[in-house]
Amino acid sequence: MTKPETKGHPSSDLTRRRFIAASATAGLAASAGLEGILAARRAPAYAQGTRLNIVRWVDFIPACDVELKRQAGEASKALGAEVVFEFINANDIQSRITAAIQSGAGPDIMHMLHNWPHLYANGLLEVNDLAEWQAKEQGAFYAQSETYVKVGGKFMALPHSIVPGLIAYRKSWLDEVGATTFPKTYDDLRQVGAKLKKKGHPYGQTLGHTFGDAPAWAYPLLWNFGGAETDKNGKVAIDSKGSVESVKFMQAFWKEACDEGGLAWDDTNNNRAFLGGEISATLNGASIYIAAKRGQDKIKDEKGEPMVRDIQHARLPAGPAGTWSYHTAFAHGVMKYTKNPKLAKDFLKWLHGKEQYGKWFQVAEGFSIGSTKLWEQNPLWTTIDEPMKGFKTAADNSRVIGFAGPPSAKATEVYTKYVIVDMYAKGVQGMKAEDSVKWAAGELGKIYG
Amino acid sequence: MAGIAAALPQAGATRPGRVTRWLENERLLAALLLAPAIVILGMFIAYPFVMGVWLSLSSVSVGNPGEFVGIKNFIKAWNDSIFRTAFWNTSFYTFWATIFKLSLGMWLALLLNRHFRGKRIVRAAMLLPFIVPTVLSTFAWRWMFDPTFSVLNWLLYQTGFITTKIPFLSDGTYGMWCAIVVNTWRGMPFFAITLLAGLQTISTDLQEAASLDGANGWHRFWHVTWPLLKPVTVVVVVFSIIQTFSDFQLIYVLTGGGPANATHLLATYAYQIGIATGLLGEGAAISLFMLPVLFIVVWLQLRYLRHLEGA
Repeated sequence: MTKPETKGHPSSDLTRRRFIAASATAGLAASAGLEGILAARRAPAYAQGTRLNIVRWVDFIPACDVELKRQAGEASKALGAEVVFEFINANDIQSRITAAIQSGAGPDIMHMLHNWPHLYANGLLEVNDLAEWQAKEQGAFYAQSETYVKVGGKFMALPHSIVPGLIAYRKSWLDEVGATTFPKTYDDLRQVGAKLKKKGHPYGQTLGHTFGDAPAWAYPLLWNFGGAETDKNGKVAIDSKGSVESVKFMQAFWKEACDEGGLAWDDTNNNRAFLGGEISATLNGASIYIAAKRGQDKIKDEKGEPMVRDIQHARLPAGPAGTWSYHTAFAHGVMKYTKNPKLAKDFLKWLHGKEQYGKWFQVAEGFSIGSTKLWEQNPLWTTIDEPMKGFKTAADNSRVIGFAGPPSAKATEVYTKYVIVDMYAKGVQGMKAEDSVKWAAGELGKIYG
Repeated sequence: MAGIAAALPQAGATRPGRVTRWLENERLLAALLLAPAIVILGMFIAYPFVMGVWLSLSSVSVGNPGEFVGIKNFIKAWNDSIFRTAFWNTSFYTFWATIFKLSLGMWLALLLNRHFRGKRIVRAAMLLPFIVPTVLSTFAWRWMFDPTFSVLNWLLYQTGFITTKIPFLSDGTYGMWCAIVVNTWRGMPFFAITLLAGLQTISTDLQEAASLDGANGWHRFWHVTWPLLKPVTVVVVVFSIIQTFSDFQLIYVLTGGGPANATHLLATYAYQIGIATGLLGEGAAISLFMLPVLFIVVWLQLRYLRHLEGA
């Protein structure tokens, strides 16, 4: 089934190569011959015509992708090989990874989100040396970043960044309903949210199957009410009073305070709804603020002023059992099937180095933060707008998926199947809280065994 | 002697080349012409199918070769509540979409069978929903059904039909019907154009004779047109059921299977489990559940077709 290319070098036409790899069959003789013909047209040398393909998500800050493309040009010259970025919708990355690993051909480096390295460990190359180098140069990794890429004590991907999430809100609208500071507890948020919804400015939250905003709300909600997927030993422990309370809260909060269209939202809908003046607050990365700032000629509030002046950020409120958050950690994984492991590692060292990473970090304007504490010292944080300063240390109270057990491949399966998110989605759609928790327990039982 | 000499090949004339002789051998020519089709079918249909069956009987997951586990994946799928929802959704979706496409397609075909100015342009324009790439048109529909900025909600609100937003895609039931609407919109031209072709083979003399006998429009349709159209209808319905039952693109783009798995079809759920989550064995098993259903449907309809043709 997996037919690694044994001849030639990565063809320059990625589509063609995948086509050939996917049709490896009784026609293998024909396709291998074809591959040989294609390869013969290429000089089989590192410096000539070698291509490095990297797949990353489409950044919510478009300027970051522009910067990466520019850096790719520089890298191509520095390394003597063509470096090409491909940006795809984050919700489609996992499918690409699966297809690439199974067919044994595809991009050399893939973006890894959350704890995907645990799920794809068998298809990744170990990068201990690079991790050691990066930790030495830039200080120790954040716990979340390291836990997510370390499988069996080995680094299977190199941490790159974190996109921290805070609640973006319209200060003037909250002032209008008497909330001069952002609610500190979930119950306060529910009350303030209800007043806002009555005025036509509900809270916006997705409960759809989307990679970022949905888990970033659902997992902390579960934890902050005392619930958890598993216990310390990795046994399913979700059927608890805390979990049921969290679902009951969500049901009430949804009806009283939320835009109920959120069940169909992906990661972009809340950005658009907020910037369109439809919702008053939403959990998100800094992309809302940055977009409002960059487009302040067009994005105005109802008074005709640039909306960016009315946007503030706050942490997730506290539940009865804690004030945890969840942020999306990103890393780069070198695929095992790559024909250019040394080139891939050299490129990552170049890309993650202080100089190159620093430039990208500046362009990100606080939307993406570093994977080590070093980047909290970056001068960006002194010149950045006041409402953005909270993002500097936002990532310090993040738990990892799979809590309280390890962030194993089974936890990734739970995440990819959106079991925790669906527990709340089912609850707000009318299922009794106890039943939705039991349903989630059933699903988790099938996964954890 | 001269006559015989004239009949025999001229001395010095060349014999037909070897290749030409081969091509004149009907059996060999048939094999040669069929070969590309067989290779393509083998590579893109037979091989993936056999691979799929093998995967469904094993515990393969991304990066892990797995081992033979018999029908364990099928049992797991059957006990999965989301799978049962997807199975029901697929049947519901196929049933209603086919009925709507058949009735509306038939109606459209009957209308287009008449003679009117601009008939050719209308016939060509009518095909657009079917020709435009599904992903593109579904994106447009998704934009129209947008949870926050739906132009349909805006229109209905402005004209006073509604006071609160219709949750087109954020409610499971609404989402399913929206998908059926989009599928009907997309598939109707296929029915219309095929039934129109069938209608054109029906001689107008029959219609005239019927109306002379006092039959009204409905009677003419039911007793003259419909019996003659049945064979074509059965064929087009079979094709449509196969395509609709295994539909992927429309649901994937419109709802992604949501909200909360409420609009998952077998194909989209198999994709989510197999490719997105990397559990290839389980995904293959889910997708193979389509096979017995489609097999029975096709067998029943082809039997009916044979019965019609035999009568």
